[in-house]
Amino acid sequence: MWLMKMAWRDGKASGRKLILFMASIVLGIAAVVSIQSFGENLKDNIALQSKAMMGADYKIDLDKAPTEEVLSIIDSLGGARAREIGFTSMAAFPGNDGTKLVQVRGIEGGFPFYGELETVPPEAAQTYQEEGKALVDATLMRQLGLNPGDSIKIGEVTLPIAGALRSIPGSNSFFSSVAPPTVLPYGFIEETGLIQTGSRISYDYYFTAQPGTDLEQLDEVLDPRLDNLEADLDTHTSTSERLGRRYDNFGKFLNLVAFVALLLGCVGIASAINIYIKGKLKAVAVLKCLGATRKQTFMIYLLQIAGMGLLGGIIGTIAGLFLQQLFPLLLGDLLPVDIEMTFKIQIILLGILLGVFMAVLFALVPLIGTLYVSPLQALRVQTGGNKKKGKAELAVLGGIFLFILLFSYWLLQDWRYSLAFVLGIVVTFAILAGIARLFMKVIRENFPTGWGFPARQSLQNLFRPQNQTLTLVLAIGVGTFLISTLYFTKDVLLAEASLDAQTDSPNMILLDVQAGQEKEVEQVIKNSGNPVLDDIPIVTMRVQNINGRTVNQMREDSTSGINRWVLNHEFRVTYRDSLTSSEVLSSGDWISQVDNTNLIPISVSDNFAEDALVGVGDRISFNVQGVVMNTEVRSIRTVDWSQMQPNFSIVFPKGVLEGAPQFRVITTKVPGEAASAALQQELVRLFPNVSILDLRQIITVIEDLLNKIAWLINFMAFFSILTGIIVLLGAVRTSKFQRIKESVLLRTIGARSNQILKILALEYFYLGALGTLSGILLSLISSQLLAWLLFDTAFVPSIFPFLVLFPAITLLVMFIGLTNSISVIKSPPLVVLRKESY
Amino acid sequence: MTKILNVRNLEKSYSSGSKQLTVLHDISFDVEEKQTFAIVGPSGSGKTTLLGLCAGLDRPGKGSIELCGTELSSLSEDERAVLRNQKVGFVFQDFQLLPTLTALENVAVPLELQGAKNASEVAKGLLEKVGLGGRFDHYPSQLSGGEQQRVAVARAFSNQPSILFADEPTGNLDAETGEKVIELLFDLNREAGTTLVIVTHDLDLAKMTQRILRLKGGKIIDTHEQH
Repeated sequence: MWLMKMAWRDGKASGRKLILFMASIVLGIAAVVSIQSFGENLKDNIALQSKAMMGADYKIDLDKAPTEEVLSIIDSLGGARAREIGFTSMAAFPGNDGTKLVQVRGIEGGFPFYGELETVPPEAAQTYQEEGKALVDATLMRQLGLNPGDSIKIGEVTLPIAGALRSIPGSNSFFSSVAPPTVLPYGFIEETGLIQTGSRISYDYYFTAQPGTDLEQLDEVLDPRLDNLEADLDTHTSTSERLGRRYDNFGKFLNLVAFVALLLGCVGIASAINIYIKGKLKAVAVLKCLGATRKQTFMIYLLQIAGMGLLGGIIGTIAGLFLQQLFPLLLGDLLPVDIEMTFKIQIILLGILLGVFMAVLFALVPLIGTLYVSPLQALRVQTGGNKKKGKAELAVLGGIFLFILLFSYWLLQDWRYSLAFVLGIVVTFAILAGIARLFMKVIRENFPTGWGFPARQSLQNLFRPQNQTLTLVLAIGVGTFLISTLYFTKDVLLAEASLDAQTDSPNMILLDVQAGQEKEVEQVIKNSGNPVLDDIPIVTMRVQNINGRTVNQMREDSTSGINRWVLNHEFRVTYRDSLTSSEVLSSGDWISQVDNTNLIPISVSDNFAEDALVGVGDRISFNVQGVVMNTEVRSIRTVDWSQMQPNFSIVFPKGVLEGAPQFRVITTKVPGEAASAALQQELVRLFPNVSILDLRQIITVIEDLLNKIAWLINFMAFFSILTGIIVLLGAVRTSKFQRIKESVLLRTIGARSNQILKILALEYFYLGALGTLSGILLSLISSQLLAWLLFDTAFVPSIFPFLVLFPAITLLVMFIGLTNSISVIKSPPLVVLRKESY
Repeated sequence: MTKILNVRNLEKSYSSGSKQLTVLHDISFDVEEKQTFAIVGPSGSGKTTLLGLCAGLDRPGKGSIELCGTELSSLSEDERAVLRNQKVGFVFQDFQLLPTLTALENVAVPLELQGAKNASEVAKGLLEKVGLGGRFDHYPSQLSGGEQQRVAVARAFSNQPSILFADEPTGNLDAETGEKVIELLFDLNREAGTTLVIVTHDLDLAKMTQRILRLKGGKIIDTHEQH
């Protein structure tokens, strides 16, 4: 009880300082809580709305027309309540110049059974099937100025538009912006004439389950059977879990960014408490003289810091819970569901406990000092250092390292990533600390004695006793490092997707060109004044067996290690006699042409080789639309998949597939949007079966997506910067009394106010410039590593961080430093000399 | 008379870099109950270190110290703290008030450490006795040097100590204020029947005590009774 009373009395008098320490962790806690809470809410909402997202309880889907066996399974389930055929195709709009790649969904039955088919006018959703009309994506209708009653032409079919489609279960917003959904009555699909060889068509059968049906069990029983028939069963829960996991990964990344903000705040706490406790050591010695035990004096300050952590945790948690409301606004239609925010007790507890725990943990190193203060210090007797103190500090540092590792493991659920994250943090902090120390050492050893007094004095301030150089460089450096790494990374990602960087690359890809059509299509392109860059033949096939083991055997063998997609995927294979610009041969020999088809030498991509567990010399048999072809892997290629051009996992030599049923992909490069629109219109008119991918448009969509994500990441990184500012404020205020004393001394011996101001301004300039520059340079290294190791691309840094971040953050540091030091200049010497420092 | 402090063959060294610096050599003396006792000597003679060791603030390198019938070297740091809290009072040269506590709270701390329920009342009484009745809620920074030292004296007597150690109690005060504080210290000492051990280089102050011990270079050069 007495301890609480003492902690309160002492804390009350040091209130301002403690509040500032507390503020250091408030933002970090707010960031962690907001991300955690938003993530939980998103997961819950996805789970709650899983039926509405699928529109059914479960579905069976396949990418070729169902066989009798599949149909009999569907019948055994009581028959599907709705069915759908989907594919992408170009749509034209008679009476309107527009053309657009759309996702055609031919639906029969009352789909969706959950969720809503939202249309304008609303009754269109009920009537389109019986009236034989189409529903067209609302955004597309707005873009092209279409109204209900206008027509849409898909393939050979022209239908009136019943209404604008605002939402439909099963369409995701990203894909919708590339190919907006268009719904037709099922019966018209055949008439479009687009169900032909090579087209990617999906067949979906939707079911509703009787109440009490165990969907998981149904999945377990049926999925293996369907797998063998190249079909798949998805329940609404498994689909939502998969979706949840996808967002989970992004959430984990944001969590780390938030955690870095929290750690930065903790570094601020450690540093501020260090100065705080140093100021208290005399009082500790006196208390010990008066009969207080080691434990009692230790507990007084521990309680203060825990109290501060508790308060910081509570305020941070409340702020975090409110902040999460902003995320849906930032992410907009990237979210798969509308989110209803709730406050979860475990998140609230997490925030509060994290506040107490982090504050105490990071304050322990300086706090340990109180245990080893000799009461003799109250009598001005200096005693030697204590070896036990060193050991205790090491133990606490070990504890901090362990905690960060465990917490990041809890966030990431992967030891390797957690270890890499902790090592990354340690290396970053160590480099920044190293830079700060090196800087001080270099200055001390090469002190510019010839400089004017203010410049020399401000430099000397950087290594005065109890200086804050290290803390400030760390705080400013980590904040800048984060912001500028994020900026550079975004640059790398965008450059990767940008067409300008690849001037010879095509920007329009024509898919599903049927055999025999290619000459006419090429002629149309050439007539429009554009070049035909590639004319690539494509043959579809599936893996039949690998090194003598059949696909079914491998599917049943859970230890085979072969990735499932290899066994289930319908491969689109090409044949040619040379490598393309996006490929490099990594092993084996490239065979350009063969004459006999007994054992065909093929080339596979490195990722295929990895997933199929094959190397040069291994044998794979393919089922090419009923014909089995035996091949041998003769070379492995490294493929740059990021190049915006058709790339292939499997390439056959010339001389084998020429006679197989095939279709073609033709690429061209069209200058400007108008020329592109005109060519698309012409092509759709003449060849309704050809789908056109306008890469420029896709890149706009990707850029939009990246911008939204970048917004959110910047938003989180902003917490680090803000925390950095608070740490900076704390550091400035903590050392304020010392500065006041120094300036009073200087003024007593005749320094003018503007000289003192100059000294302070220069000191903060050195700190700001050193921290910011170190952060930016470190981010250059980390971005270069990311570009090499993760994105496998060249990295050309933009000038923005140097031109904007460097001066902006340096000026901010100077501003905060100076505004908080005004009283240094204004304080009358007598007042200062009478004041107690703590 | 009973001996309240018994020091035998005391030696104390500190390590200074790679060297051992011996600050006290073979010190032996004793102090009787209710006696007033002065330790005098020039700066650096080891008098403050001797005071600290006698009060159990540190362990000697060699020798023994018996305070209030308890051999200090057999006690842990916390046990010595408890002993100090129950039997010892302190007055420091630079007052050493806790800056974040008011005058009243400062005086109450030793009693609160004992768990006394009436700490505040006793502290108020003591502050009134030292002439600071109207300054209960003032923080140390709001008091003059003389007032701060009076608060420190009140604090030193608050736990009714058997022995009071004063380290240069007038060292930071002007002559007039110093005299007043000393008067107060001796008055309270007489009233409470406390043993008083003063470290000082002020010979006039030392002469007010019953016995003087002279230190030089860490060694006793003289002890004598005064009448």
